[in-house]
Amino acid sequence: MKRRTVLAGLGGLAAANIIRSADAATVVGVTKTEIKIGHICPYSGNASSYGVGGKSHTAFFKRVNDLGGIAGRKINFISLDDGYNPAKTVEQTRRLVEQDQVAFLFNPLGTPTNTAIHKYINSKKVPHLFVATSADKWGDYKNFPWTMGYAPSYRTEAQIYGKYIKAQRPNAKATLIYQNDDFGKDYLHGLQDVYGKDFDKVFVKVVTYESSDATVDSQVVTMKDSGADVMVTACIPKYSAQIIRKSFDIGWKPLHVMSNVSASIASTITPAGPEKAEGIVTSSYLKDPTDPEWKDAEDMKEWRAFMAKYIPDGDTTDANYVYAYGVASIMLATLKQCGDDFSRENIMKQAANIKTVALPLLLPGMSAATTPTDFRPLKALQLQRWKTNTWERFGAIIGA
Amino acid sequence: MTENMSRLLRLVFIAAALLVPLFFASGYQLFQLTLVVAYALSVLGKNLVTGFGGQVSLGQGAFYAVGAYTAAILMEHFDVPYWATIPVAAITTGIVGLALGLPALRLGGLYLALVTFAMAVSVPQLLKYKLFENWTGGVQGIVLLKPDAPFGLSLDPDQWLYLFTFAVGAALFLAASNLVRSRIGLAMMAIRDQPLAAEAMGIELARYKTLTFGVGALFAGVGGALGAIAVGFVSPDSFTIALSLTLFVGMVVGGAASISGAIYGAIFIVFMPNIAEEISKAVPGAIFGLILILFMFFAPGGIASLVAAQMRRLRLTR
Amino acid sequence: MEGFLHQIISGIATGSIYASISLALVMIFLATHQINFAQGEMAMFSTYIALTLIQGGVPYWAAFVITLVVSFVAGIILQRTVLEPLARAPILASVGAFLGLLLIFNNIAGWMFTYSLQPFPSPFGAGAPILGGLLSRHELGSTAVTLLVLIAVWAFFRFTKLGLAVRGAAYNPVSSRLVGVPVARMLALGWGLAAAIGAIAGMMVAPIVFLDPNMMGGVLLYAFAGALLGGITSPLGAVVGGVLMGVIENIAGAYIVGTELKLTTALVIIVVVLVVKPTGLFGKSLASRV
Repeated sequence: MKRRTVLAGLGGLAAANIIRSADAATVVGVTKTEIKIGHICPYSGNASSYGVGGKSHTAFFKRVNDLGGIAGRKINFISLDDGYNPAKTVEQTRRLVEQDQVAFLFNPLGTPTNTAIHKYINSKKVPHLFVATSADKWGDYKNFPWTMGYAPSYRTEAQIYGKYIKAQRPNAKATLIYQNDDFGKDYLHGLQDVYGKDFDKVFVKVVTYESSDATVDSQVVTMKDSGADVMVTACIPKYSAQIIRKSFDIGWKPLHVMSNVSASIASTITPAGPEKAEGIVTSSYLKDPTDPEWKDAEDMKEWRAFMAKYIPDGDTTDANYVYAYGVASIMLATLKQCGDDFSRENIMKQAANIKTVALPLLLPGMSAATTPTDFRPLKALQLQRWKTNTWERFGAIIGA
Repeated sequence: MTENMSRLLRLVFIAAALLVPLFFASGYQLFQLTLVVAYALSVLGKNLVTGFGGQVSLGQGAFYAVGAYTAAILMEHFDVPYWATIPVAAITTGIVGLALGLPALRLGGLYLALVTFAMAVSVPQLLKYKLFENWTGGVQGIVLLKPDAPFGLSLDPDQWLYLFTFAVGAALFLAASNLVRSRIGLAMMAIRDQPLAAEAMGIELARYKTLTFGVGALFAGVGGALGAIAVGFVSPDSFTIALSLTLFVGMVVGGAASISGAIYGAIFIVFMPNIAEEISKAVPGAIFGLILILFMFFAPGGIASLVAAQMRRLRLTR
Repeated sequence: MEGFLHQIISGIATGSIYASISLALVMIFLATHQINFAQGEMAMFSTYIALTLIQGGVPYWAAFVITLVVSFVAGIILQRTVLEPLARAPILASVGAFLGLLLIFNNIAGWMFTYSLQPFPSPFGAGAPILGGLLSRHELGSTAVTLLVLIAVWAFFRFTKLGLAVRGAAYNPVSSRLVGVPVARMLALGWGLAAAIGAIAGMMVAPIVFLDPNMMGGVLLYAFAGALLGGITSPLGAVVGGVLMGVIENIAGAYIVGTELKLTTALVIIVVVLVVKPTGLFGKSLASRV
C-alpha cells in the first residue's frame, strides 16, 4: 500500500515536471511580480577575490527593488558559486536555466568558465549578457547570438599598447611577461597583431608565470638581463606590484606598460609604493575610487553613498566594486528599455540596441553602445601615466 | 539466507539508483548524478590505492585529467565516437599510472605523497605547454558535443548519458569488488598492514604496489573521460590541484577501505558544496571545511564504516 | 654571467621564503609525525593579525611579539580541539582535518580582511637597492631571520630536555609516557611552536610578495618539496632544501626550460634526487623494528 502511494507521488512529480517544461514559452523567469536573474562567480577557491562582484550585484538589485523595481516587478537575483571550476560552472548554469528557470544569465565571471557554457546557453537560447571576461571572443554575434561581452577586450588593449610603444620607442628592445592563461595570452596576441613579423626582433624576451606562483622575482631578473628598455606586463595586481617592487630593488627602470587589470591604485600602486611606480603607462575606462581627481565627482559620490548604505563593510578601494556598479547599471538600462516585454528575445534585442548610455563611473567622454552587429558595449580606452599620486590621462580616447 | 538477502537488497538499490532518476529526475539532476558516477569511479581508484593498498596518493586529479583529455582529443581531432574513447582512456591512463608508479613507489609514505602532489600541480602547466597546444587546445580548452541516444531510443541526451555512465560505472565497480576479494586484493591489504611480513611471505611488493597504482589510475581515467563527456568541456583550469584535493576529501569522507565508500564520497563532493553555499554565501569554503572536520570527528572511518556498523547492529538485533 | 649570479641570489632569497615554511613543517613533523597542510594558511592568518595590530597603531616589534604569542596559543588550541580527538582515528582522518582547516583559514581570511592586496612593513627598511641591486635590505634581513630561527630550532631539539621530550613523544609515545613525559602536552607544544614559526615566516614573506589571502598557496608546495628534499627530520635539511628549491626553480625557469615548465622541471629534479637518496639530503633513515 505504501509503495503505491510513493509511486503515485513520484508519478505526480514527473507529471508536474512535464507540465512545467511545456509552460516555458519565450517568457521565462518573469511574472507580473518578479524578474529572475541568474549569476555565477567564484565565492570559494583561489579566485574568490572576484566574489565581490556577486556581492555588489546583490546589493545593487536590492536597491533597485527598494526604489520600486522595474516595470512594477521585483528582481529576484540568484547568484551561485562555481569556485572558478568550469565543470561546476556548467552544473550551476544548468541549475539556473533548468531548475530555477531564470530569465537570463548576467555577468558570469571568467574565460574558461564562460567557454564551458557558451554552446549550451546559446543552444538553449538564454541571453548570456555582459560576461565578466575581456577575452576577445565574446562579441561573436553571428555564431553566438545570445552572448554579449562588456569590457574592452584585452587584445584590443594590447594593440593600443603596441601602437604606443611603436610610436614612442621605434627602436625599442622590449620584453613581455604574461599570465599563462587566456587573459595573458590575449596580450601576446595583441602585440603580435601590431608587430607582425617584427615581433620576435623587438620582443627579445617573453616570459610567463602561473597564477599560483609565489613570486615573479626570477622573471624580473630574466627580463632585466635581456637588455630590454621597454617592459609590457599582462599581470594581475599581485604580480604587477611585485614587478614594480623588484625592478626598483634591482635598479632597473624600463618604460613599463601595464595591463589595465592592474590599474587599481589600491591594489597595485599603494602596496608597491607610489614613488616606485612613477612613469608607468596603462589604460583605463573606469574611474579609480582612490584617485584624488574624482573625489568630488557626482557619480563617485553617488557610488560611495550606495556602498555606505548597502555594502557598509565593503572595501571602497577595491576596483572590482566600481566595475560591478558599472555593469549592473548597463543591465538596469537594458531592462528599462524592455518596457513591459520581458521575453528572452526582447531582452536580447534591447541588449543589442543600447543607445550611447553614459554609465556611472566611466571616464569622461566614454559611453556604452551596442547594435545588432556590434556586441561590444564598451570599446574605448584612454592611456594614462602614473605621476606622483594620481593617474594622469593623456592622448585621445581611443576606439570610441 | 542473510547473505542472499543482502545481495538482493543491493541489487534492488542498484536498480533503483538507475531507474528512478532516469525517469523522474530533471536534466539538471541527471547531469549531477552522472558527475557523481564519474567522481565515484575516481574515488574508487583512490580507495584501491590508499584504502586497500595503503599508498598515499594525492595525484588522482592528474589521472582524471589524462582520461578527460584523452577522450576530448580523440573526439575532437580524430572523430572517435564517445563510447570508444572510454576503453582508450582507460588503457592510456593505466599505462601512465604504471609508468609513474614504477619510480614513485620506491619512495614511501610522505615522499609518495609529495610526488603525487607534484604530479597534480604540474598538470595544468603541461596542458598549456606550447608543444602540446595543438592537441590540448592550450588555455582555451576543448569543447565537446553531447552524444544522442543510439538506436533511436526515446531518451534525451541527459538520460542516455546517465544510463551509459551508470552502466560503465557498475561494470567497473563490480570489477573492483572482485579484485578486492581476490588474491590480488588480499596481497594489497597484506602489503598495507604488514609490509615486512607480506614480503617475507613471498609477495612481491614492487609488483603489487605498481599494479595497484596502475589500476587506481585506470579508474580515475575512466571517471575523467565520462566526466568530460558529461560536462562537454575540458580546460587546464578544470584540473587544478583543487580537483585532487576534492577527490581526496571524497575518499576520506566516504570511507577509504571500502567499495561503497566511493559512492558516498562522490555524493558528498558533488552535493555538499551546494549545501555549504546555502548556509553561507560569504564563506562557502569555510563552511565546507567545517563540515569536513565534523565528518572526521563523527565518522573517522568514513560514511561507509558508519553504514557498516549500522548494518551489523541490525543483523545482530534481528 | 651577472644574470646567472643574479638568478642564484634571487633564488636564495625566494628560497628562504620556502625554507621558513619548511621549518614549520619540519617542526610539526618532528613533534607529531604528520604534515600539516594548513601550515601556510595559518601563517597567512597570523600575518593578517600582525597587520591589524600595526594598522591599529602598535609599533612593529610589539606587534611581532604579540602575533607570535597569539599564534603559539592558537596552535595549541587547534591541536587540542581538532587534532587530539582524532588521535585514535585512522591517519587519513587527520589529513582530512588539515584540509578542512586549510579551507576554513583561507575563506575566513578573505571574508574578514578582503582580498585586496596589502602592503606589509619591513623592519629592515625599504631603502635603495644594495649590493649593486642583487638583494634588497629586506631580503637580506629576512634570510638572516630564517637562519636565526633555524639555529633556535636546532638548538631546541639538540640541547634542551624539552626538545628531546617533544621528539620522544612523537617517536615513541608509549615509552615516553613510561618515563613521565606528558605526551599530549608535547604534541600541543609542537603545534604551538610550529604556528609561531609559521607566523615569523608569514611576516618575513609578506613585504616581498604582498599580503593577500592566497599569499601562501604557491609557497606550500615548494616548502613541502624543500622539506622532503632536505630530509623531513632535519631542520637544517629543511632550510637547505627550501633554499635549493628557490635556486632550482629560478635556474630552471631562466635557463633550462623557460618559465612555462619551471614548476614541472623543479619537481622532476626533486623526484630524481629522492629516488637516488630516499631520505633526502640530510635526513636519517629510520630503522623500524619488526
